[in-house]
Order: sequence, then structure tokens, then C-alpha cells
Amino acid sequence: MDRITLSRNLSSIENGEMTVDDAEGKVFAITGPPGVGKSCLIDAILYKLTPEFSVAVIAVDPTSPLSGGALLGDRIRLTVLDDKEKSDSIYFRSVATRSSSGSVPSVVKSLTNYLLLQAFDIVIIETVGAGQSEMRCAAIANRFVIVEGPARGDGIQAEKAGLLELADLIVVNKSDLEGSQKVVNDLNISLSINKDPPPIISTSATTGEGIDNLVESLLNLEERESSKRARYRQQLMMAHENVLINNPNFEPIIDRICQEGLGIEDALRELIERTG
Amino acid sequence: MGGRQRIVIAKPGLDGHDRGAKVVARALRDGGHEVIYTGLRRTPDQIVRTVIDEDARFVGLSSLSGAHNHLFPRICQLLRDSGLNDVVVFGGGIIPEVDRSKLFESGVKAIFGPGTPSTEILEFIDVASAKDCGVGSTSDWRWGE
Repeated sequence: MDRITLSRNLSSIENGEMTVDDAEGKVFAITGPPGVGKSCLIDAILYKLTPEFSVAVIAVDPTSPLSGGALLGDRIRLTVLDDKEKSDSIYFRSVATRSSSGSVPSVVKSLTNYLLLQAFDIVIIETVGAGQSEMRCAAIANRFVIVEGPARGDGIQAEKAGLLELADLIVVNKSDLEGSQKVVNDLNISLSINKDPPPIISTSATTGEGIDNLVESLLNLEERESSKRARYRQQLMMAHENVLINNPNFEPIIDRICQEGLGIEDALRELIERTG
Repeated sequence: MGGRQRIVIAKPGLDGHDRGAKVVARALRDGGHEVIYTGLRRTPDQIVRTVIDEDARFVGLSSLSGAHNHLFPRICQLLRDSGLNDVVVFGGGIIPEVDRSKLFESGVKAIFGPGTPSTEILEFIDVASAKDCGVGSTSDWRWGE
């Protein structure tokens, strides 16, 4: 299939005009706070993976809740797209969360399935790990990578629950900057309590340090049982939410909550009964 | 109203002045569109590749370097060569009046100079999205006529 048709079909999927079958394949989520170097790391990874593997990247960025618009800028970091020998085996697509629809993660799942069915060896989903819908986008992946960096608060941050529980691999980027080893140490101490802690890799997308190690780890990465469970939990919650949102009574019942003072619990009960 | 569009804002050629492009990108975002910004010093090939991958319906070219007479028509031609005949091209930056008619002939549908209100660009997107005025169409419609 040519690139233009591929792109246009992905738009149709995004607009809900096309459905896709499930597909098997390696899907990596690369997630972490803004500015930690996710896009630069993906750039560095793509240099190593291509042209041996064909890789599609879905970069998810937030839609403004005020205007419904979005500025999608992750592409800027991808210098690998300028390399003629590599760029043919890469497809890069920016996706806005379009928060009003409430179904971004299921859209990303369909896009991912479609790209795998189009014979991409690997799909990478890039998201900021903040916010529920972004977390659920990442939970679509079967290998979950969290990127951290120095100067992001004290050791107690590493103790916080949530995202870290989903990780199959943790990358501490910016190893060329001061304080990065301390982050590795804090994470190691925090995770050592776990029965099955994810590996931690130190990298610098700027100097290239640790990138070979990261790529090798990615290709050999196994799903951890605990993170798998955490991911399926997210996926099940997402599927349930979609059932609710797609219920034809969803909007009418919100009207009744607003206008007739229907209680939330009663509304939910009514929706679930009608969904069966 | 044309609804939400996917729009690439691009900086072709050797030109480091991106304030205008960023302001326009932001205005389009605030107008409810999905904007993909390419970053600085892109080649026509890179810009067309971005339009393809991102399935954009519009591409806005910003140039303050004086190379617009070469770059804008080249990008329009590459879009046609790639089969992206329905993509609408508009431009902005420092584009002298005498150069404009040639750029329009090459497929550019609007040129917005300094001082253009951002609402005008949004209006253009709405109007153009309802027209058959892509870079490969035979329509000689252009903004402001």
C-alpha cells in the first residue's frame, strides 16, 4: 500500500469511519513527563532499528479542552526522518487526544492494529504519562517503557504509585547531566522492594551513551507479569468506559442529571441495566 | 463552517525567523485545528513527506528569506507529483507584492503578510475547506478576490 492511502486510512480510523481487526506484534509505549527526552530517545532508537525493522510511531499530544485544537510538534525532534536510507522504513504520525470524544485510547489501539496489519514490525506509542487517557493509550502497548530524567524532584517521587507499576523497563535519560545517577539510585532503592522489579537503563540521547544497550533491551524485553496485569486492568477499564459512552442513553441521561436532578448512582444503574 | 482541519505549518529553506510561523500555528490551534509544526530549515521533500504522513489537508509556508519564488512553486509541484492534488497551500512572511501573482499561478491560494489578523487566516481555512481549490485543481479562485 502506498503511503498516502495508508495515511488517509489512518484518518478514517481516527474519525471512526473504519474499523480494524486485532493484530499481533511488538508495541512499545514510551511515556514520561514533558521535556524528559522521549522524542529524542525515539529518534536515537530509530537510527538503530531501521532499516532492519520497519517502525511506525504514533505520537499522542493533548487537544486543548478550550478550543478543540492541538499543536503537534514531536516530529521536530526526529532527525532520522531526514536520512534517506532510513526514512522509508519509518512512518510517523501525530495524534491529538480530541478529549471531547473520550475514546482516544481505543482509536490509538485501532491505529496500532492497522499499522501492524500493514506489515510494520514494531509500533511505538509516544505519550506524556500524565492524565488518564494518555496512560490508557500507553496501556495498549505490550511493552511499557517509562522515561525519567534528572532534576525532577526528590526521591519521594520514585515512591509514588501509578505509572511505575506499569513499567517493563525504566530509562533514565540525560545521563550526561548532573543528578542523573541519583535518580537511578533512588529508583533502584524504591523498586528493590518489588518482587519483580523492571530493569533500569541509563541513557543520553544527546551523547548516544547507553542507546545500544537500550535498543538491545527493548528487542529482548519480556512482559512482566505484574505490569501485564496493570495494563489489562487499564484496557478493561477503557473498554468499559467505551461501552458507557457509546450507550445511546449516555447523553440523554446527562441531560436528566442536569435538568431533573437525577443522582449519579441512579444514572449509572440505569445505564448499566440498559447496556445489559 | 469547514470544521477541524489538519494543517502543516512549515519553514522551508535557510530561514531562522519562526516567530510568525509559531504565532500562526498557535492561532490555528486556538481556532480548533490540529497543527503540525515542522521546525526550521525544511526541504521541500521533507515538507511534502510530512503532509503525506500526517494526512494534512492544508500546508502553510512561512518564508522571510527571499527564497519564496523558488521554494513555494517547488513545494506545489512536489505535492502534485505525489498525487496530493487536494492539499491547499497558503503562504506568509515577507512576500513582495510583485512576486505574488507568480506564486498564485504556481498553486498558492493565499498569502498573508505581516499585520494580517489571525481571524482572517482562520476564515480562509474555513472558506477554502469547502472549495475544490487544492494545489492540483484547475480552479483559479484565491483568497481576497
